[in-house]
Formats: sequence, structure tokens, C-alpha cells
Amino acid sequence: MVHQHFMLVPVLSVAENVVLGAETMARGPFLDRREANKRIAKLASQFGFALDPEAKVGTLSVGQQQRVEILKALYRDARILVLDEPTAVLTPQETDEIFALLRKLADDGRSIIFISHKLYEVLAVADRITVIRRGRVIGERKPGQTTEAELAELMVGRAVELTVDRGESHTGAALLQVDGLRVADDRRHEVVPGATFQIRAGEILGVAGVAGNGQDELVEALIGLRRPTAGKVTLDGRDVTGASPRVMNEAGVGYVPGDRHRFGLILGFPVYDNLILTSYYRAPFARGMLREDAAVLDSARKQVSRFDIRVPSPTVATSTLSGGNQQKVVVAREFDRPLKLLILDQPTRGLDVGSIEFIHRQIIAKRDAGTAVLLVSAELDEVMEVSDRIAVMYRGRIVAEMDGRTADKSKVGLLMATGGDSNPAEEAKA
Amino acid sequence: MSGSGQTATSRSSPRVWIRALLWTLAESIVAILVAVVLGGIGIFLFSGLLPNHSAFDLGLPVAAYGALWSGAVTYPRGVGSTLAYSTPLILAGLGVGLGFKAGLFNIGGRGQFLMGTIGALAVVTLFGNSLPGFATIAIALVVAAIFGGFAGFIPGALKATSGAHEVVTTIMLNYVFVFVTYWAISGPLRLPRSPQAVTVDVGTRGAALGTTSFFGVDIFGPNAHWGVWLAVAAIPLVWFLLYRTTLGFEIRAAGANSDAARYAGMKTRQLVVLTMSLAGALCGLAGGTTLLGVVHQIAPGYDTTIGFDAITVALLGRSNPIGIALAGLLLGGMRAGSQSMQISPGVPGELVDALQAIILLFLVINMLRRLRLRRHAEGPTEASAEPYGLGAVATEAAQ
Repeated sequence: MVHQHFMLVPVLSVAENVVLGAETMARGPFLDRREANKRIAKLASQFGFALDPEAKVGTLSVGQQQRVEILKALYRDARILVLDEPTAVLTPQETDEIFALLRKLADDGRSIIFISHKLYEVLAVADRITVIRRGRVIGERKPGQTTEAELAELMVGRAVELTVDRGESHTGAALLQVDGLRVADDRRHEVVPGATFQIRAGEILGVAGVAGNGQDELVEALIGLRRPTAGKVTLDGRDVTGASPRVMNEAGVGYVPGDRHRFGLILGFPVYDNLILTSYYRAPFARGMLREDAAVLDSARKQVSRFDIRVPSPTVATSTLSGGNQQKVVVAREFDRPLKLLILDQPTRGLDVGSIEFIHRQIIAKRDAGTAVLLVSAELDEVMEVSDRIAVMYRGRIVAEMDGRTADKSKVGLLMATGGDSNPAEEAKA
Repeated sequence: MSGSGQTATSRSSPRVWIRALLWTLAESIVAILVAVVLGGIGIFLFSGLLPNHSAFDLGLPVAAYGALWSGAVTYPRGVGSTLAYSTPLILAGLGVGLGFKAGLFNIGGRGQFLMGTIGALAVVTLFGNSLPGFATIAIALVVAAIFGGFAGFIPGALKATSGAHEVVTTIMLNYVFVFVTYWAISGPLRLPRSPQAVTVDVGTRGAALGTTSFFGVDIFGPNAHWGVWLAVAAIPLVWFLLYRTTLGFEIRAAGANSDAARYAGMKTRQLVVLTMSLAGALCGLAGGTTLLGVVHQIAPGYDTTIGFDAITVALLGRSNPIGIALAGLLLGGMRAGSQSMQISPGVPGELVDALQAIILLFLVINMLRRLRLRRHAEGPTEASAEPYGLGAVATEAAQ
């Protein structure tokens, strides 16, 4: 089983991670490192992995870590491999390499179950495709005899537009201006060494980049959770550098966090409380220090119907909702007011095709209403589909900007992986 | 879950509301039943060790529980004792429960209680001769809350500024406050020209809390004191704070998911300091009312088990103010009834401690089990930085 989220110990070496739980105990309680290294090296060469068994896992790229995960299963001589969304964090190039590896493993006589919500990947890699909806097998297809549209329809139960028509953007004046912004992470390492960009009214700027290249810190600096060490952020002519989350929120900044469970929602709270999580202290939801429950419930009922949140009542706990409906709660809260700037961090991660379509439509609608939109995503497809303009972020720098409609996917992928200038030493570390 | 449904259900009919409360307390009720059954089996097995009882006396558990019950609810004496024992349990239980709601595990109830005691005692010692009794009492209780609040403020401020965990700091500070109390009683607050090291008797300064007479009738019985009203008032006040004010919303939000609260623009550090101070103030009031209403005079070595008793009360009441009131009454009643039980049929009063321990054990085991199930359901990504940390336990305790 290879999980969507890596189950690796970053401070241990590749070999130690691989043998963890299946250690060879030839010499009593001591780990037989040599034997382990030998077996791993043999397996790696057999399937064309380029991995140093002694390297610390924390220093490897995400693509290499993915290979360590697969190696773990192979080391236990697994005949059946289950991969849950194995490409979620990989660049297109790394994805191709993993696909080639899976092919090789299948040819070697192993069975592979590849779980993915990316339809074209399934079509590219699988010999047989099974569609599951709500725990039931809905249908089975062969890649040669089906299309993405048909698979999507099976998944959702109705015809779905896979790519929302982003239409023409009618951009206005620059609403967000970021100049030489420098941001440090929690360990005081500078992870954004000077970002400069602007977003106009009615424009979606997509930031593509492999996860961990400073996007999180950049976003946190923009919404006020992290104080930049230098630089300037201007929102509609007003200097908002280092402003608090509440000031940014009141200045008309909406934000959809990447991890909705951790940052976007309080799962134990009822839906109506999550809908006012950022506005609970304002009229009409509060009068002085007192909550106005009637107004809260009233507004919640309206939002539930307007944003098509499927709940029996807004009083149920948010944890009982499906992922798509939970994200709709966040979207309803953040989108349902006039906004100057909308910051989205992987807004459709882990959602079903129907919810993705709905959220993409809402984003386009917000843009058409004149909001500047910043879409940060490690999922290149999403950035490619929705953005008017694409910026590629590599090691905290914006290394390229291009038009969203004409951008070439493999070129963007290469920029994400290498930062443009091909420096192999840098590449290995990233 | 049901605790969070509070605001919604409170507007509907009382029957719906009571049903929601019963669901919240269902696990606690089971815990009490388990303790009663296990305690009964214990009495049955060991009855032969008690003087004047045959071995394996089936009637003894029944007799013991009967005495426990009548000792706790006989009017007016039993009721009065129950209320007197329950008052500090409810006040401190509300303090610990408020902390749970904010995701804080306050183990400093002992120190905060003692500081409240010292605060009240200092007021009586300094102003008891010059002020009228009711003024002394009022000021003493306010100062008790302030002293207790300060004892809670310190671990709150430490957590907000340096991230020091409140479990560690409150436990360590307990020792500090125990010795501060020892020093105060044997030093500045010692009764001058007295052969023993004792403090002033608050009764001699007119500052003892009298019985709760109401138009000349002793409604709460002779053992209860006027401080009962403070507990009675604190229950709806804490409930109102938690579920009716924006501050309470912030406290509950920060407790349930501090990351999300921070992202939503709440000042979570200030909330930690404020909640710990409020919790300390409630525990301090428990100390103040106990001094003025029950013990009146203390000597070096004065101490309390309220810190852990209040944790049991808060857990048993599921951090819900009404649940805490019921749990406080139960544990207070058990303390009150244990004396009659010890006199006849002669079952040791320590049985009550055993019952309390079984209840606590049952609740904690269930809490950890729920926590693990939830972690499983939510997968590995969410907030698992502190896998079974006490912060997670505190948050779970508030659910």
C-alpha cells in the first residue's frame, strides 16, 4: 500500500525507511545494515530507480520520496501494489517516470491498483478502469474504449464540464501589488527571497510550483499570518504590509486555505458557526459582545441554499459533511461578500469532479465581478485550467510568468522542477 | 458534538434541550453506574474485613449506598453538607471546564485555590477590624478571585509568550503556591500573640459566611453557607459567556481548532491568557468561599485536593456548565454522605474516593478511545503534530 500522504521518517536513511517494520534480525537486536543496503540496491537497479540507500529521506525530492514508498512495498515482496493518488504532489516529468516504473512492475507480473481522480492519468496508465461512486462500483471500462467525459459522468452521475470555460478576462487596474517581499519560515530561513508581482482587478494569477517552494509562506504573509521581513504589499493603493488577518479580512481579502480541516474549518462546530468564523463579531451576527443567533441562523440558511451545501440543517456538525460540502462551507464564507482580493490555496484538493466544477465556476464568477484572484496550487492542471496568467515559483522566487491560455504544460512542469536554468546540483536538492 | 449544538437547541423546547443534555452526559451516567456496581462488588467482597460484619454480606452494599444517599439528601442537614461540599467543586470545576473549552488542561486548581484562600485571608486580616462584615466579605471574595486569577495568568502568559505547556507549568506552580501559602500562614498572616501558628478566625472579624437564611428560613440547611449562591450564579454566567457572547465563541473556537481560529483573525494568544486567568479566578473563588464559609481559620500545612477533584467534575460534566453543576452536586453529595455511611453501617468513607477514581478512569479511557477513533477517521494529515498530546486531550474533553 502506498498512501497519498507519505509515511516516511525524514531523519532516517532510505534503507532505514525501507526496512522499518521488516528488519533483518540476523545479528540479534542489531540492524543488519549491510544486508539491507544490498537488497535495496539490487531492487532499485532491477527497476531502474536511481536512489542512494544511505541518503536521508528528508533531503530527497518529492518524486524520489514517492519511489522510496514504492520500494518499501517491493522490499516486502508485495505482489499487489495499492497506490492512493501517487501523483498528487509530482511534476509532470516525475509523473511520467512513475508511470514508466508502474508499467515495468506490471510487466514483472505484479498487480497494481492505481487510485486517482485525474482522469487522463487513469487513461494513460491503466489496463482496466473501475469507477466507484459512494462506495459502489458504477462501471468498468477499457482505456481505449472510453473518454474522460464518460468517466466523469460515471463518477458524478450526471454530465460534467471537465474544464470550466474561463471566458475572457476584462482586467482593470492593479489591485494587488507585491514588491520585493521577503518572508522567513518558522526556523527563520528565508524561503521567499524577494517576490514581486501584481494582480489586476478581474484577473486570475495562478502560481505553479512543487509544494514546499515558499508558496505557503508567501500566502501566509499576504493574509497577515506571517510578518514579512522586507518588501511591500499594496492592496488597492493602500499599504497593508504586515497587517493582521482581521485587518486583511476587513480590507476585502478572502482566503481559502489548502488544508481545510486544519485551517479552514472547526469540524466539531455546527455549519452555521463555521459560516461566520471570520465575521462573528460584526453586525448583524453580534451586537456588542452578544451573539445574535437568529441572524446567524438566518444567514446560514440563505448561504446553504445559495451555495448548494447539502446538509439536512445548518445546525449539524461540520464533521458530518462530505469533503466537497465542507469546502463549499469555506467557499460560501469567503466568497459571499464584495472582495478585492481572493487568495486560494489548492481550493479543490481531494474533491469530487462535481464539486471541482462548482468551485471553479464560483472562482470565475468572482473574477468577472472584478476581484483579483491569486490561485496557488501544486496541481499544475488546476493552474493551467483556470488561470489568466501563470507565475512559476521555484525556491521562493517567481522564475517565469506567462499567459494562462497559451502556456505549455511540459514547459511549466520543467520550470517547476528546475527553476529554468538547468543546474543539476540544485535540482537534486529541490 | 452535542455541546456545540447547544446554541441551536437552546431556543427550542425544554424537552429537546434536556434530551440534548442527557445525550451529552450519557457517557458520564454510564461511568457513574459502572462505579456504583464495581464499588458494590468491592463492599461485598471485603465485608468480612469490617468489624461486626460477616464475610460476603450481600446486604452490606445496599445498606452502604442507602446510608450514602440519605446522608447526602436528608433535609436539612444532609442537603446543607452536600451544598457546602459542592460549592468549591462547582466553582473550580467550572474553571477547569472553561480551560477544556479553550483547549487548555488546567492542573493548577490546587495552587489557584490556595492563592484565593490567601487573598481572602489577607483582606480579613488587614481590614477585618475596620470594615463592616459584609464589606470585608465582598472585598475578600473579589481579592480571592484576583489572586486566583493571577495564579492562572502566570501559566497563561508563559504559554502565550514562550509556548510552555500549561500542564507542566501549572503542576510546577502548584508547588510554588503551596509554599507561598505556607509562608503567608506562618509569616505575615499568622495571628500575633498566639501560641500556635494559626491565622485569624474569620468568624471573629464578622467575615464568616453565614447560613443561607431567606426571610428567616434556613433554606439550605444549617451546614450550608451563603457562598452556595456564588456557585449558583456562576453556572449560568459561565454558560452565558461560552454560548451567548462573541468572546465565548472565540474561546470555544480556539479550543476546538486554534489554527483555524488564528486564520479567522482571532487573537489566540490573548485568549489563552484570558481563559487561564478566568479559570484561575473561579478556582480562587472556590478557595475564598471555603475559607469564609467552611474552615474559617487555617494553619500551616493547609492544602486541598480540589485540583484533581475539579478535573473529575469537569470531565464528568463534559465541560458543560450544567453538566458541571450536576457533577459537582454528585461528588459533593458523596462527600457529605460518606460520613453517615462510615457511622452506620460502618463502611469506610474512602469508598467515595474509590468511586471517584473509577469514574475518572472510565471517562479517561473512553476519551482516549474516542480520540483515537477520530484520529483514524480524519487520516494522518490533520493536526497530528501532537499525536496524543495533552492539548488534544483537553480539546477532546470539551467535546
